[in-house]
Order: sequence, then structure tokens, then C-alpha cells
Amino acid sequence: MRKAEAMSASSAYNDEKGASSNIGEPEYGHDPASGGIFSSDYKRHDDLKEMLDSNKDSLKLEAMKRIVAMIARGKNASDLFPAVVKNVACKNIEVKKLVYVYLVRYAEEQQDLALLSISTFQRGLKDPNQLIRASALRVLSSIRVTIIIPIMMLAIKEAASDMSPYVRKTAAHAIPKLYSLDPDQKDQLIEVIEKLLADKTTLVAGSVVMAFEEVCPERIDLIHKNYRKLCNLLIDVEEWGQVVIINMLTRYARTQFLNPNHNESLLEESAEKEFYGSDEEEKEEKDEKEEAAALAKRKPYVMDPDHRLLLRNTKPLLQSRNAAVVMAVAQLYFHLAPKAEVGVIAKAQVRLMRSHSEVQYVVLQNVATMSIKRRGMFEPYLKSFYIRSTDPTQIKVLKLEVLTNLANETNISIILREFQTYIKSMDKDFVAASIQAIGRCATNIGEVRDTCLNGLVQLLSNRDELVVAESVVVIKKLLQMQPAQHSDIIKHMAKLTDSIQVPMARASILWLIGEYCEHVPKIAPDVLRKMAKSFTNEEDIVKLQIINLAAKLYLTNSKQTKLLTQYVLNLAKYDQNYDIRDRARFIRQLIVPTEKSGVLSKYAKKLFLALKPAPVFESPFKDRDHFQLGSLSHLLNAKATGYQELPAWPDMAPDPSVRNVEVKEAVPEWTKCSSREKRKEKVEKPFYSDSEGGSGPTESADSESELELESEGGSGSEEGGSGSGSEESDEGSESEKEKKKKPEKIKVRKTLPESAESEQSGEEEKSVRKRKERNANSESSSEEEEESSSESSSSESESEEESESEPETKKKKKKISLSKLAPKEPKKEVSLLDLDDFIPTPSPQVTPVNNIVSNSLATDLQGLSLTDSALSPTMISPSFSSVKTYELLHRITGEGLAVEYCFSRQPCSLDPHMVAVQIQFSNNTDTEAKSLRIQEPKLMSGMRMQEFPEIEVLAPGETVTVIMGIDFCDSTQAANFQLCTQTRKFYVSIQPPVGELMMPAFMSESEFKKEQGHLMGMNEISEKLTLGEKCQSDHAIVQRVTSTANLSRVPCGSDREYRFAAKTVTSGSLVLVTVVTKEGMAAQLTVNCEKMVIGTMLVKDILQALSQ
Amino acid sequence: MIHSLFLINSAGDIFLEKHWKSVVSRSVCDYFFEAQEKAVDVENVPPVIPTPHHYLISIYQDKIFFVAVIQTEVPPLFVIEFLHRVVEMFRDYFGECSEAAIKENVVTVYELLEEMLDNGFPLATESNILKELIRPPTILRSVVNSITGSSNVGETLPTGQLSIIPWRRAEVKYTNNEAYFDVVEEIDAILDKSGSTVFAEIQGVIDASIKLSGMPDLTLSFMNPRLLDDVSFHPCVRFKRWESERVLSFIPPDGNFRLMDYQVSSQNLVAIPVYVNHNINFKESGSSGRFDVTVGLKQNMGKSVEGVIMTVHMPKVVLNMNLTPTQGTYTYDPVTKILTWDIGKINPQKVPNLKGVICLQSGAPKPEENPNLNIQFRIQQLAVSGIKVNRLDMFGEKYKPFKGVKYVTKAGKFQVRT
Repeated sequence: MRKAEAMSASSAYNDEKGASSNIGEPEYGHDPASGGIFSSDYKRHDDLKEMLDSNKDSLKLEAMKRIVAMIARGKNASDLFPAVVKNVACKNIEVKKLVYVYLVRYAEEQQDLALLSISTFQRGLKDPNQLIRASALRVLSSIRVTIIIPIMMLAIKEAASDMSPYVRKTAAHAIPKLYSLDPDQKDQLIEVIEKLLADKTTLVAGSVVMAFEEVCPERIDLIHKNYRKLCNLLIDVEEWGQVVIINMLTRYARTQFLNPNHNESLLEESAEKEFYGSDEEEKEEKDEKEEAAALAKRKPYVMDPDHRLLLRNTKPLLQSRNAAVVMAVAQLYFHLAPKAEVGVIAKAQVRLMRSHSEVQYVVLQNVATMSIKRRGMFEPYLKSFYIRSTDPTQIKVLKLEVLTNLANETNISIILREFQTYIKSMDKDFVAASIQAIGRCATNIGEVRDTCLNGLVQLLSNRDELVVAESVVVIKKLLQMQPAQHSDIIKHMAKLTDSIQVPMARASILWLIGEYCEHVPKIAPDVLRKMAKSFTNEEDIVKLQIINLAAKLYLTNSKQTKLLTQYVLNLAKYDQNYDIRDRARFIRQLIVPTEKSGVLSKYAKKLFLALKPAPVFESPFKDRDHFQLGSLSHLLNAKATGYQELPAWPDMAPDPSVRNVEVKEAVPEWTKCSSREKRKEKVEKPFYSDSEGGSGPTESADSESELELESEGGSGSEEGGSGSGSEESDEGSESEKEKKKKPEKIKVRKTLPESAESEQSGEEEKSVRKRKERNANSESSSEEEEESSSESSSSESESEEESESEPETKKKKKKISLSKLAPKEPKKEVSLLDLDDFIPTPSPQVTPVNNIVSNSLATDLQGLSLTDSALSPTMISPSFSSVKTYELLHRITGEGLAVEYCFSRQPCSLDPHMVAVQIQFSNNTDTEAKSLRIQEPKLMSGMRMQEFPEIEVLAPGETVTVIMGIDFCDSTQAANFQLCTQTRKFYVSIQPPVGELMMPAFMSESEFKKEQGHLMGMNEISEKLTLGEKCQSDHAIVQRVTSTANLSRVPCGSDREYRFAAKTVTSGSLVLVTVVTKEGMAAQLTVNCEKMVIGTMLVKDILQALSQ
Repeated sequence: MIHSLFLINSAGDIFLEKHWKSVVSRSVCDYFFEAQEKAVDVENVPPVIPTPHHYLISIYQDKIFFVAVIQTEVPPLFVIEFLHRVVEMFRDYFGECSEAAIKENVVTVYELLEEMLDNGFPLATESNILKELIRPPTILRSVVNSITGSSNVGETLPTGQLSIIPWRRAEVKYTNNEAYFDVVEEIDAILDKSGSTVFAEIQGVIDASIKLSGMPDLTLSFMNPRLLDDVSFHPCVRFKRWESERVLSFIPPDGNFRLMDYQVSSQNLVAIPVYVNHNINFKESGSSGRFDVTVGLKQNMGKSVEGVIMTVHMPKVVLNMNLTPTQGTYTYDPVTKILTWDIGKINPQKVPNLKGVICLQSGAPKPEENPNLNIQFRIQQLAVSGIKVNRLDMFGEKYKPFKGVKYVTKAGKFQVRT
């Protein structure tokens, strides 16, 4: 057919071309240099070339379209290469894209000419627009020209540290391309992969894991540090990336965690042993010993929290619309989850079966394997596997397989009834499969064996020969299990030899009669007689069985059959088939005694009439689960190229601390509360990255060495954790210097927003500021040399675009302040660093659209959070009363007992790290409430609670106030507990507004400034606001702020500025609040707090209080 | 991952090829043709075919085989799902996925395929992103393009690709803001000879057609979400909200899309709206048989059942059928042996009946079994499971959109065994 196509096109082809097409590789194999082709084809594509050379884009486009159409049809267009490649720099986007398509297709064949285009892409790599950079890299890496490998390598490295996540994603895609072109680059590529694996954006995650799987799937160690991040990002990654990540994590988990079902399998074993042990008492002692050993082995299994994390974060993906994702999660659960939890995947698998028939086919293959191992899982869905006459045969057979696997004593009757209808189907292949399925059910379930056998015997009178033949084969196998009871069936089958023609069935009958000739002594010789008569017309397998039958009868009943046997053996001796001739000779030697006959003939009877074990009906899907489910290898039941074996569980769990990048306690708090910011940030990304793109060229235009330096600097600060030790000592020596410079820095920062607003920043002011900033920069840069290079480079770019470089320098500073923080709080540090990719720099100019997204998306970001409880920024309506009371238990729900609480803001007498909560009980009933107390507090890890002493009696109408202390761990998580009376229990919870998690700290103005200087960068959050109408006076502002949060006022020189300070109750971290009022109603709110979560929430609360 | 793609028509011609890595000779398709020959039926061609150096993973849609060439281990469903996405995209762009449409738009097809995969790994599969990159062809545009020489490749860069909501275009604007939802339920059932239900389940989908400006954030809630047993969602749906509140909260893609698939919990008894009385028999002697089938309404749900069609695959020995319907029309195709009876709307007073004689091939043994009857029907304005949309709220935008929900119940794989 290919030939036909070549011919159809050959009107213009010359003879030479036609000839070469006959050879076999006409379209692709052309060497452009081997003359002739050029000259001949020149005429053919003359018009196209002319069009490509013209100045009009429309003509070029038309030509390119025709060329692409040729490529699509598989025709050779390689001779146009020079004409096309000229247009690689064309302005028209579509022409350009089509040229790319052409280039990628033919560059491999025309390597020299392809080099002409490279410079265009190299230019593209430096383009300020991220999408152009990405597309340049994409095409450059797709050109399979070996000469440019170094250029590709360089481009990939560069792109891997690009600002834009989209470019980084493209870099990840380019890695396997380069690897397939030159596997020697592996080591360098692994470095890039390692770097990209640390990327925190969802856009990159899927692509880089794909690269990892193609280049270095064995380097499982690269995953450790990124494992938790990947788990948490998973739900937001695009669908295709999800599949790749889940499959990789399955393998990873197999190497790192313990088998969650290990104990169960041990238990089962020991249970079995007990069972047998009771039968055989002598063994009991031994068994006990074994059991003890097993018990010793059986340690209480505790699932690694990371293992749990994986299972929990993948589960929602079972609801994906993408069948591949669902299957990936299903196989993950099958291979990794504890037995009790695997069940969840069944429903999703059954759902997939309603999809396209190809999907159904693959899913059924996997269900077939799973249903052998975990039958219970699919039993509830038995009916979903019922077969319709309209299903394709291959689907029917697979469904049958599953139904057979699911059969057990309880459901066998339903299944057999279903099978009965299948046997009547018009699709004979399917009927044959159904009969085999019945056979398998009969062997597996003893109770129904006779029923099945009878049913099958009835099928022997079926009109369709195929059905009969299949039944015979199955019956033969079944009879082998208990031949003695079924001599009448054998007799019945003997009669069939007259009618049945299917060779396999005839052979089976003959074998049966021969094997059990003792049960049918009268019929057997007669059958042989008939067979001897028709011997020459039989098929080969039947002939072999006739010889077998003859031999067996000769041995048992030689009197009657001696002559017949001789006759058959003589016929066989001259048969056309050498197998049959061989067999005949062999058997004659064995059974007919002659002088020459050897030792073996003595054993002839034993040889032929030995008891044969009954055959086992095995599912073809048995043991297929050693392949990772859902994989191509599993489907084919053979190892596909590039398949990664699923490792066996380790006996001992490897060190789980390798995955530690953050402390677990920090995780829930951080992920929860920050989700808002994160969202906002994410939405803003395109916006940001544009500006990043803008500043891109200044960087990439720099010499490479500088770039490298910068990336080093970047990674240096990212890995702050590792380098923290050395930095600590640095810090000590420098702390003095810092102290001096810090106030200056603050000033700089403060002037910024103002100038941005008023827009009247004169040249002078600018330059002054710049100088100051540069001072600050060089100051901080003295800490780390590498850092300084990046700083200076960024300050250079400043001169070009002031406004754009600002956030960048800010960012850098934040990084610095972070690494400084690191030694102080090593635990927090990493989770803080996580942020640096998403530093919000909360700008009030977020467009309304984005705002909406951020709010609404905040909810679904909770997918990332580790706990299920909801985000909880409790709103406090600003009240002028200094203490706001909250209701703990309403009078009606409390059946007359009303409970209110308030945060008394007194230092808790019980424990200084606790928040004092004043609880007021009032009894509104007319009976006494007795023994009021707290029970079963349910607290998040780390939280503590000091209960109030039990109130023994509360008289009707009376009110009692008690104090209890709760350590909220500086989070707004609710403390849940039960409030009990003598008769009732009420579930209640206390959730603190963020403002109550702190206690006032007293400090001077200078102290305040100093501390604020320490808490810059990420720890600073500032927001603009408009003051509410009633909130103009000094008094009102102070009042509102202090009622929102437990802060103390810090004296301040300026009358437009208000400062407040507090420390968080648990950890004593400082919280500094500054409100600066401006012209009109405008004001600026700044909160500095080491705990960013608290800071963010506090800003929100104060903002609301002030603007109302 | 995916190395190459070949499109093959029913005549066995390879009419399009696309390679994402180095070129794979189209002779690899010979293995596919071999398998196709062996399978006899198109539907029985195995989706995965191993060859000495490659693996072929194929799907069959609209009389076209999409054959993907794979070289290394990759989850087969990954490829199959992707190929179906390609088909969907073609339908979205060209209205249909026929050989003619693909050949006509071969350049657009090529551009699409180029964007959908990079080095064989999916890059952009969201219709909204692709439409920003490559504009779908319309008659008007092709006329304009041919005059002005402008192209249907988008001039703007696809910023959607960079967003965290890749499924939605930025800056959508409509003068009429509308949000319509179709709740379509299908009854899958197998009825046995006596008319009792062997197996029945209801599965449904909610298709949405959303034309709203800006960035609307929608919340759709149900009166009775408990009915929904198993669900799968478009990626835009926030799963956490569903888990905690049983509402669908999402920022929709622009245009038409499938919001969710669901299955109604199997505990609920499925109301089967029609019954079928049948009497089909073949005479032992003589080459004829009788055929007498009545289709009637079983439960009166207050809605009329329409679009009723019965198809029967008759046994091979049936030469012809001579029938008289009391309603509708029937055809019998003696080649494919398919009897189709288009009944139309069932009137509760008058029960449709199809009765007559079956002519068998003379001399052939009578068929052993009676053919199964496949029924199709449609009930407008009814979701048979009883699911009801409670309300649709929109946040994030100020305007008031038009909203609408339509319910339809259809027969899915509805089979009567005889």
C-alpha cells in the first residue's frame, strides 16, 4: 500500500526515485548529497521553492502548508530543506511554526544544513518573553543533530535555572531528548534533574519526574528530599504528570517502607499452623516453638507517616476523569496499601469499565489479576462483570475470567446461572471460553463439581460441534479428578466417537477411555476396533491417542486386543508423520516382548498406567502481579523494554530521616494557614513571571560564568539548612556591624512605598536611595561572597528598571534574612524556605479577579494540608468592649446550661505558656447541675490543656466563672473537648482568634526598631488600608488594634505612627505592629512576626477592625 | 513515551503520520494489519500489539484506527487516554473526527499534534489552551485568511499554559452570560427471559455549557447528593469541597465540557420504564419461524417515552423477515442480519407490536438460541435516579447569568435476553 501511494505520487517522480521506492525505504533513507535527486526533484518542487523565496508571507505560508501536508502523508520533502530552513527566522508566527515542524522532521537527515538554523534558536533562548525562550529550547532540543549536543546541554542547564517555571518545564522535557541522543551526558543531566526535582512548582513536577524515569530511574536517592513535596503537590499537577509521579512513587515506596500486610500474612500462617497442629499432636511442641519464633518476628507494625501521606494524598485522584490517573492510583493502592484499605479502588475500577472499549480491555486485564489476589474487593460488583451479547469477544473473555476468579461457594449458583445463558450465545469462541470457565469453577469449588459435570454432559448433545468438543476437553479434565464414580459418563463419551469430528475432542475421548479402560472393560476394545478402521483418516493428534489407547489396552487386556494393537502399530509405522512413526516404534519396543527388548519393557505397565495427577485449572492471570499493575509489561505478561521491576519490600525499613526536610509538627500548621497566601501568589505568578521575563535578558546577557555563579548563589541560600552551621559563626562576628546598619535599612524601606505612591521621586532622591541600598546590599553581601555577586548583578539591573528590580532585591534580602534565621530555629527553617518561591509581597493592587480566585481556591488548596479541619481565621467583629465573650454552649443545646468563654488576657497562672480562658457557666434550669468537668480533650499534637477544677454543684439561676489554660502552640487550631455534667456530655471546642495567642510585650522605641530590623523580609507583611469612618481619632485606632489583639502600645515619636508589640504565648516570638496614617483616610499597616502564619492572620484581623 | 502516530482508515490506508522522535517506518503498521486480519471484527483488534522492536497501542473511533507506536514501557491507559483526547480535540475543532475532516484540515491537525505532545509526553491537552494557540477553522476565518494571508495560529501567546487554572482562558467576555447544565442519565440493564432484572444500574453525566465573562466561581448543589455513589470530576472541581459539603465548587472552563460522571448507588432499585414481551421461535421442520415482540410502558412516570428503537442481531441462518409493525417502521439488513425497529414515541393506550414470519435458510439446522433485543429510548425532563440540582451560585463576578438545567434519561446498554 505504501507502494501504491508512492506510485500515485510518482507522476512527478523520476525513474530513479521509483526504483528506490521498490527497494523499501524510499521516503526516509535519502542522502541529500548523493546527487541526482537534487537535479530531478528540483523541477518538481520548483513552485514551492519559488513561493518560499518570495517576500510575501501568504505565499510562504501556502508553501509551508503544502509541505506539511506532504509530510503528514508520509511523502518525502527533504529536498526542500535549504529553501525551508531559510525561513526559520520568518516574522509570521504560523510560517515559523510550520518551519519548526519541518525542521524537527528532517534535521536528522540533513545535519549540516540544519546547523544554519541553530543561531536563530540561540537568539530565541535569550528572548525576554518566556514563551519564546521555551519554544526555542523545545525546537533546539528536538533537532537530533549530534554536533549541537554541547549547545543543547548548555541551553538545558541555563533553562533549568530560568525564572519562568514554564521554561524550566521545557528544560525538563529536553532532558530525555538529549539523553536519547547522547547517553554519555547522563551524569551532567542527572545534575540538572536533581536541581529541577527541587523545584516547587506544579508545572515542573510532572515533567521532571518523567525525565527522571527516562534517564536515571535507578537513582532513587534523588527522590528522598523531594518525596513529601511531590506527595503534597500531586493533586495540583496536571493529569499526565500525576500518572508518572504516582508510578514512580510506587516504586519508591516499595524500597523505603515496610510491607503493611506483613503481619497479616504471618498471622495467617500461624493460624494455619494451629489448625494443623491440633490434628497432629506429636507436632504440637515443634509448632509452638515455631509460633514463638513467628511471634518474635512479628513486631507491631506502625506505618511510616510518609507512607501514610502518600496513600492519603493519592486517594482523591481516584475521582479523576482520566482513566490513566485512576489506574495509577489503583495500582499504587494494590501494591502499597494495607489489605483493609485496598477496597476503595474497586469502585473506581468498575467505573472505568464504562469507558471506551480499549480502556475497558486494559482495566479488565488488571482487574483479572487483582481479583485473584483480593477476591473480596470486587465481589460486591459481581454483576458489573455480567456479559452483554454486544460486547466484543475479547472483552467477553476477560469478563468471564473475572467472573471465574470471583466465584466462591456463596455466589457460584448465580454465576453458573449466568454461565448457562452464555453457553447459548452465538459467539462460539465465547461459548468455548464459557465452558472452560465452568470447568474451572467446578475444580475450584467442590460442591458444584457434580452439577457442572452434569451440565457439561448435557452439552455433549449440543448441535454445535465446537461446543461439544470444548465440553469433552473440559469433562476429560474433570473426570481425571474422580474417575471411579463416572464410568457412565465415560461410556456416554465413548459413544460420541461415532459422531464427533473435532480432533481435539476425539483425542480427549480416546485418552479417557485408554486411561480408565478398567472402568469400561467391555467398551474399550470396541472403540479401538472402530478407531483402527478409521485410523488412516484421522488427524495426527487423534492417531497418537489411538496408539496410546492400543498400548494401554494391550497391557491390560492383551487377549482381546493383541491383534488390533499390532494392526494399529503397523499402520502407524508407515504413516506420513514422523512423530507417529516414532511413537509407533517406541511403543512396539516397549510393550511387545522380544528377545532384544530391554529392561524398560518390564516397567511398561508402570509407564503407561501410572496414576496421573489431575490437571489444575489455572487462571492465565495468576502471578501476573509481580509486574507492576497498569504497566505495559503486565498487560503483555512479558517484560517490556525500559520496564522497572517493582522491588520487593525491604525487611527492615531504611532510615526514614532521609526524607526529612521539615519537621512534621511544622507541616500542618504551615500548610494550612498559609494556603491563602500561597494561592494568591500562585495566581499572581503569570504576572510576576512576566516582569521576571522582563528582567531576564539583563541576566542572561551576562557572561555564562556569572550566570553560573548566580545559580550557585541561589542554590546556596536554598540549601540553607546544610550550610547553617558555618553561617552561625559568621553571624556572631557580624552581629555588631548589623546592628549599626539595620536602622538605616529600615528607613530605606519605609521611604519606598511613599515614593511609589506620590510618584514625585526626583532624580536626587532616587540616587540617594540607591546608594543607601547599595550600601545595604554590600553590607549583607559581606556575609557570603557568592551572594554578593548575585546582589551586585541585580543592583546593576536596577539602574535600568527601578520598579522591577525592587521586588527582586527584596526577595534576595529575604533570602538572606532567612539564612540568618536558620541557625536560630533550625526546625522551622526549611518550611520557611519553602516559602521563598512564593513570597507573597502582599500587594494591595491585586486585581479583583485574582482576589476571587485566591479566596475560592484557598478552599481546595486544603488538599495540600495534612489535616482535614478547615482553615480557621475567626472573624472578630471589633467591639469597643475590651473583652469579647464567645459562646461555648448555648442554653438550648445545653439543656438549660449556658456556657460562655472569653480570653481574659491575664497571664495564665497555671502555666505561662498557656492562654488563659475564662469560662462562665450559668445554670438556667431549675435543678442543680452537678459535677461540671472536662473530659477527653482532643488536641492537635503539641497542644496542652490545663483543666479547671471540677465544679461540684451549680445551683439553679447561679453563675460560676472558672479559668482554664490552653496551650494552642501558637496556632488557631481549635481545642476540642467534652464538657460533662453528671448526666450529659457536650462536645465543644474553643478556637482562639489569632490576636489572643499573644501577650503584651513592653519595649522602648529603639528596642522596637531594632527588633523590627531583625524581622524584615519574609517576616514583614504590610498592607494598605482605608480607615473606617469611626476610626479617625488616635484613641479609636489604638482601641481597635488592642481589642483585636492582645498588644501593648510602644511609645513613638511621630504622631502619625502607632506601634504595638507582643509576644506569642507559647514560643515567645515577637509580634510587632505598626500603623502609619497618611493623608485622608489612608493608612499603612505593617506586621513583623517570625511566625508568618500568625502575621498574616493578624494583618487580616487588624485590617478588618480598622477599616470598619 | 509516544513515538509516532499513524491514522489508518477502514480501507487500510495510512493517511496521516506524525513522529515526535526520530522517524519510525510505516512498515511497522504491517503488524497491526496482521492483527486486524486475525481479529476479523474491528472491535476485536487487541488494543496493545507487541512487535519485535515496538509496541502498537491503538484505538478505534469513527472508522479510524489511531495507532500509537511506543518503544519503552508506558502505562497503556496513558496512551489510550491520550489518543481519546486527540479524538475529542478533533471533534471539538472540526465538528467531527472523520477521515475527510482530518485530510481537509491536515495542517491544523499537524499543528495540534505538535502542541499536544513534546517528545512524546503530553504538553497541552486542554482545549482552552489549544484554542488560544491554534484557532479552530471556521468558514469565515478561512475566507478572511485566504484574502489577507493571516493565519489561524494565535498571535497572542498562550498565557493559559502558565496559569494554575490551565483549563480556562483569560479575559473571557460575553454579552449574554449563560450557564447551562444537562443532566443525562443512562440505564444499563440486562433483563432475562421472563422480564425480571438481572442487572441494572444508573449512570449519569453532567455536561455543562458555560459562557460566562471573567473568572466566575460557581457552586452547584444538589437536593439529594446522597444518591450519588461514585463520581469522577473535571479537574476544575474542588474535591475537598465535595468531600466535606457535597457541593460542586469550580471555576469552569470556557465553553462545553463534562463536569462530572456519576453512578447512582446500587442499593436503589432502578425503575425500568419499559417492558418487552417477546415470542420468537424457529420451527424445527421447515425453514421459517415466528417473531412477535411488544414493547410497552411499564411505569408511568408522567413523562412520555420517545425515540424508542429496538435492534436485534438475528442468527446467521435468517434469510429475511416479513413483519408488520403496528407503529413505526422496521428494516432488516440481510447482510449484517440486523433488524431495526424504529418505534418512536410510545403511546400508553396503544402498545406497539411487531409481528411476522422469519425466513430461514432452507436445510440449515434451526438456530439454538433466540437473539437478544437491544432497546434504546429517551425520556425528556426526567432524571430517573431522582437526582435534582438545587441551585447554582456564582461568586466573583457581578453580573447575573442565565442559568438552566435540563434532565434527560436514556437507555444505555439495555438488553433483553430471550
